[in-house]
Amino acid sequence: MDRDFKLIGLVRNMSEAKLKIKNLFKIFGNKGRSFISSVEKGMSKQELLDKHGHVLGLNNINLDISEQRIQVIMGLSGSGKSTLIRHINRLIEPTSGEIYVDNENVLKMSQSELREFRRKKTSMVFQKFALLPHKTVAQNVAYGLTIQGVSEGEAKERSHKWIDSVGLAGFEERFPAQLSGGMQQRVGLARALATDAPILLMDEAFSALDPLIRTDMQNILLELQKELHKTIVFITHDLDEALRIGDNIAILRDGKVIQKGDPQNIIMNPADDYISDFIKDINRSKVIEIRSIMQKGTTKGSSLKSSCSLEDALKTLNSEKDKQCNVVNEEGKKIGKVTLDAAINALLRDKSTKSLEKYK
Amino acid sequence: MDFLTEFPSLGKRDLRDLKKTIDGSFREWSRTYGDAIEAFFDPLYFFLVWLEKLLIAAPWPIILILVASFAYLGSRSWKLALGSVISFMLIGYFGMWKDMMATISLISVATLICIAVGIPIGILMSRYDRVQSAITPILDLMQTIPIFVYLLPVVMLLGIGRVPGLIAVCVYALPPIIRLTNLGIRLVDKEILEAADAFGSSYRQKLFEVQLPLALPNIFAGVNQTIMMALAMVVIASMIGVKGLGMPVLQAVQNQYLTLGLMNGLAIVALAIIFDRVSQRYGQRLQAHRFGKEHE
Ligand SMILES: Nc1ncnc2c1ncn2[C@@H]1O[C@H](COP(=O)(O)OP(=O)(O)O)[C@@H](O)[C@H]1O
Ligand SMILES: [Mg+2]
Repeated sequence: MDRDFKLIGLVRNMSEAKLKIKNLFKIFGNKGRSFISSVEKGMSKQELLDKHGHVLGLNNINLDISEQRIQVIMGLSGSGKSTLIRHINRLIEPTSGEIYVDNENVLKMSQSELREFRRKKTSMVFQKFALLPHKTVAQNVAYGLTIQGVSEGEAKERSHKWIDSVGLAGFEERFPAQLSGGMQQRVGLARALATDAPILLMDEAFSALDPLIRTDMQNILLELQKELHKTIVFITHDLDEALRIGDNIAILRDGKVIQKGDPQNIIMNPADDYISDFIKDINRSKVIEIRSIMQKGTTKGSSLKSSCSLEDALKTLNSEKDKQCNVVNEEGKKIGKVTLDAAINALLRDKSTKSLEKYK
Repeated sequence: MDFLTEFPSLGKRDLRDLKKTIDGSFREWSRTYGDAIEAFFDPLYFFLVWLEKLLIAAPWPIILILVASFAYLGSRSWKLALGSVISFMLIGYFGMWKDMMATISLISVATLICIAVGIPIGILMSRYDRVQSAITPILDLMQTIPIFVYLLPVVMLLGIGRVPGLIAVCVYALPPIIRLTNLGIRLVDKEILEAADAFGSSYRQKLFEVQLPLALPNIFAGVNQTIMMALAMVVIASMIGVKGLGMPVLQAVQNQYLTLGLMNGLAIVALAIIFDRVSQRYGQRLQAHRFGKEHE
């Protein structure tokens, strides 16, 4: 009996995602519900708008988000990214579908349960920062805690370390308007981290920032994530950012997920023209990792890590006599080999139309 | 031909009967409930009288010190504080001290009432669209209906004196603060409200931590307008027996006392300018954080 329970627990831990979205539809407009079946039968977003004046926000989204990983959601403006992320903490009510967090249905929660859920389980970072302009940096960071009813002293104490961790020490008594955009978003990030919520929702959090500052913020986030292991849903319309940050990527178009999974897989096997188009400008030598072009077998030559980029691998590969290297995992175990030809092929993919034809 | 030039109207007798019936029933109603309504407003009356007496009985140097500190704390400007004190001294020097105290007590009480009544109504309007669409026409009516028309039933109910005067002032001065509270809350940035929701705020927390503080500059603009409109009503209120600077103006108009009218009129204007400047400066300071200035 006891053992069975443990087993179930184990199975659950291994196979169940932290966050599950099932058959989620959102149709904006007061008769949204009645159009679900037409949308399911294939009515397009444009048609729904032209004929019925309703906006298709989300079209049958199914997405499992793994615990402690960064799930990127990408898509052009208007593709439904903000709508999707706002369903996770129910800032937007769905037209139909289910959302589970830790196997609890978010949509079944009462108002007070929902408040508790938002206080303890999720926190959010916004594109335009959404700081409270009348509160100081320290007060802004402590905001989530004060909402929970934590005493002022304790809230200050607990938020202090987050102010430090995003590099804002010394700015505690400033007001948001006195800070640059990058610094304001640091406040936004610290505010979200201060509640210790396991799920972090970031809606184009860095999109409003200059490129250099954006890279800074990405570094801060990745650095913090190494210690914090949050489940992060990160929205962006920028592929470089998505590849840099995402453990997994889902690509949205007109409210529909058209491809999801390992970023490497999306680059190597784009599902359609839309995605090929998306990835055509990336620097493949920097982005593609050799694990994506790995073959079975081993060779005599030297070893490369599976996460090594093509750019870094090429030199070693070229210097080998048989133009081959072993691939090893994080623990140093050989898991396959990689050849120079394969590497060059992967680099050239973007220029040829091979991949496109394959998926047409 | 007569039919076209003469607008078809109710017969004279019918019209007279109609007016008589309505007048009669209102009079009946006010006779039955007048005392109860008056009793309801008694606390207000006592407060008003108490404040007026207090201000008049207080030694004038103390009042001047209060004026200076109120003006300085509100505006953080020595010039304005000094100007206020000089104006008060001049008004007193020309024999209008007591009237000025009476007017100030009326304005203060009226403003307090308007804030106490107006802000909650404004909050309700901002929360429920239905309340907004129900109350907006009432506010329009309050601002367009000729003052004398609602003065009449008030006087019939409560007679002549401070309380009906106060009510008349409040009816006139209430709309701006209601409107601007509602507007101010509705104008609060959507994304900031979303942030408040995302962190699990209750309605109360959102109202007091986010909406009201961010609407404060607008609400304060409403308070400022309310004060100005209350001052503008001082002369009319004196027609139904409210003491203060308005009374001499009314006398002056009736008897063509030019100097009396001018002096009291100028005193009202001086008060208006002081209240306006101080409250506007205060309102500006409330939103200093928006422009990245250091908070004082
Ligand atoms: N409240 C709303 N009412 C009607 N349509 C909306 C609303 N919010 C978003 N939309 C529409 O839903 C689609 C997705 O919007 P959004 O999620 O904001 O896209 P993204 O964040 O990817 O730019 C867009 O076509 C947008 O116009
Ligand atoms: Mg968006």
